[in-house]
Amino acid sequence: MAVITASRAHRGPNRLRRRIGDNLQAYLFLAAGLASFALFSWYPLVKGVILSFQQDNLVVPPYWVGLDNFRALFADPLFFTAWRNTLEFTGLALVFGYAVPFVVAMVINEFRHLKGYFRIAVYLPVMLPPIVSVLLWQYFYDPGSGLFNSVLESLHLPTSDWTQSPKMAMISLVLVSTWSNMGGATIMYLAGLSTIPSELYEAAELDGASVWQRVRHVTLPQMRFVLLVLLLLQIIATMQVFVEPYQLTGTTNEETITVMVLIYRYAFTVNNDFGLAAAMSVLLFVVLAAFSAVYLRLTRNAD
Amino acid sequence: MNRARRGRALGLVLAAGVTMTTAACGGAQESESVAGGPVTITVNGLPAATDEFNRAHFEADVKAFEAKYPNIKIDAKEGLMDPQTFSAKLAGGQLEDVFYVYLTDAQNLIAKRQVSDISTQLAGFPVTKDYKPGLMKVFSDAAGKVYGLPDENYSLGLIYNRKLYQRAGLDVNKPPVTWAEVREHAKKISALGKDIVGYGDYSKSNTGGWHFTAEVYSIGGDVAVKDGDTWKAAFNDDKGRQVLQQLKDMRFTDDSMGKRQLLEYDDLIKLMATDKLGLYVGSTGDMSNIVNQFKGTFADYGLGPIPDGKGTLGGGSGYMFKAGLSPEKIKAGLTWLTFKKNPDRIASDNKNAAAKGLPVGLPEPNVWSGASEQKLIEATKQYANIPSENFAPFAAATATIPLKLEPPNAQQVYAALDPVMQKVLTDPSADIGQLLTDAEKQVNQILSSVK
Repeated sequence: MAVITASRAHRGPNRLRRRIGDNLQAYLFLAAGLASFALFSWYPLVKGVILSFQQDNLVVPPYWVGLDNFRALFADPLFFTAWRNTLEFTGLALVFGYAVPFVVAMVINEFRHLKGYFRIAVYLPVMLPPIVSVLLWQYFYDPGSGLFNSVLESLHLPTSDWTQSPKMAMISLVLVSTWSNMGGATIMYLAGLSTIPSELYEAAELDGASVWQRVRHVTLPQMRFVLLVLLLLQIIATMQVFVEPYQLTGTTNEETITVMVLIYRYAFTVNNDFGLAAAMSVLLFVVLAAFSAVYLRLTRNAD
Repeated sequence: MNRARRGRALGLVLAAGVTMTTAACGGAQESESVAGGPVTITVNGLPAATDEFNRAHFEADVKAFEAKYPNIKIDAKEGLMDPQTFSAKLAGGQLEDVFYVYLTDAQNLIAKRQVSDISTQLAGFPVTKDYKPGLMKVFSDAAGKVYGLPDENYSLGLIYNRKLYQRAGLDVNKPPVTWAEVREHAKKISALGKDIVGYGDYSKSNTGGWHFTAEVYSIGGDVAVKDGDTWKAAFNDDKGRQVLQQLKDMRFTDDSMGKRQLLEYDDLIKLMATDKLGLYVGSTGDMSNIVNQFKGTFADYGLGPIPDGKGTLGGGSGYMFKAGLSPEKIKAGLTWLTFKKNPDRIASDNKNAAAKGLPVGLPEPNVWSGASEQKLIEATKQYANIPSENFAPFAAATATIPLKLEPPNAQQVYAALDPVMQKVLTDPSADIGQLLTDAEKQVNQILSSVK
């Protein structure tokens, strides 16, 4: 026993050294990545959590305030408004932003010609910087002489005040967001659709299945995993909506203020209170982390 | 997918932005002491390179100052107050020693202890005693300690488009003096065409709350009043309702405010400069913007008094000293500020500006009182070069309309009042009473921290 242990002990460090020696280069590459993550992701993350329990005026050292920031959050009526609006945006974004790209992908997939052209056309808006898309739509939405109302007027249809109307404001934001984001999802759906074996459709056709039955019994089951992953990714992305409400309706519009806009407002404009903003960020982080955990679990199982 | 990533990246950037600020804010106290040696101070307010005349003027000032005070070096930076980058600059140690602020920021910075007390050094600069006491109060705390100096002051009036007035058959020299007249004139002007807006108002980026305050002041109301040791909201009354009801009527009954709302500062300036707007509440500073940025001519625009004239909102800007500054630097900063803004040099500044064709003689409330104010009045008279008849209604009323400063925590109060303006200007069924009650609760919460 002693001999075996000694020989193991003798062999151990050598093996370790050899293993390190073999992979030295890889470890060095890994170290750069880890250092970047540590500096730009993990360190701010930890500091953010600490800051949520502190008060900081950026001049004298920050001091602890316990749960005061969280209490202040719950006392602010805007806190609940922002979450409600964010959930409304996420819900509407799922109705539009989730279903539309899937339908578009199925339609493009059916084309025999010009498939490449449509793929690019759908993806183009993703290449625009988000603020540019939003500014473009701001002109479209102008209730005075904007593109949408001009078109509606020329067709003798009723016009809308779009972002200015309390009823239409949120839907208007979702439309911009859907237009500018659907390219990515469509491409992923197209990739998913291309992996469905054509024999399945042929068999369904032979059995006399209608178009809807083919979608219902072949496409949807085959695409289940892609649909689920994209659903989670979309929830995570849309809960962080910022640019659209910030630019189109402002940081004080109670109809459209979202969690991210409120964080920005707490930190940089109205309150100048970093502790409060950090507390709100921590809450958002917890919610998003839950969705991310489900996403990771799903994708790991798939591997 | 890309957007999903981008969204998460934004989240991280924001989280990092919020958190990294703490990382850099350890030792802000000024440790270096430069007794007797040369002192270098950083200041902002250097005009952009595109603003050739003012930049050259500023640089010449720096040169003349350094020649006069060889022991002080000025490191001038571009930019004024940008609330969105202020915190980052402060945290990163990049904030200038002497920095530009709006009057609405001063009290907040004092309360947050982000500025230096300059009271001790101020005694050595007697010219500062001539600043208007009301303005000095903005830069002082409850105990009377001073943290900054005023630079410029404005009061709100009514900017009107003389070309549209003429087209609408209105007297170009008689802007409205009551809100009832504003309503009548706006109706006539908006009748000129589909794209012409009679009267414009703000409702975004805190400017809605700012104008609501100005309009409540104009009819003798208040937004915040002191109640013993604390402040409370004071706009949920007949005056507040009157302001909102008139806006709602003009927007939906008369249709004289145009369909496009959620406007902010630049929007009305653009509309006015492109002759699409008849009237809006603004200051002489807006007139300069219309002329300088949009190449308009002063002759096409007029400035009338704030309607009803029971009070007019006054605001402006100044300079403060960052926290932890050494006494030597504070002294150097005060030397610079009193050199740059000095009643004895107004005449030569005006002469230079007039020679370059820049406007001299806009009727603004000034920051001086006493002998210094007299010097300013004389120097302005001597070099005035703008069509004074366009500003005569405003100038004539300035003496009689009381100037009212902004409420405490003004930007926060304005932010709470923005939704009220937004709702009234975008929703025909807006419940004014309910809006004011909701805003009152929020404003009381904001004011509860003010001592």
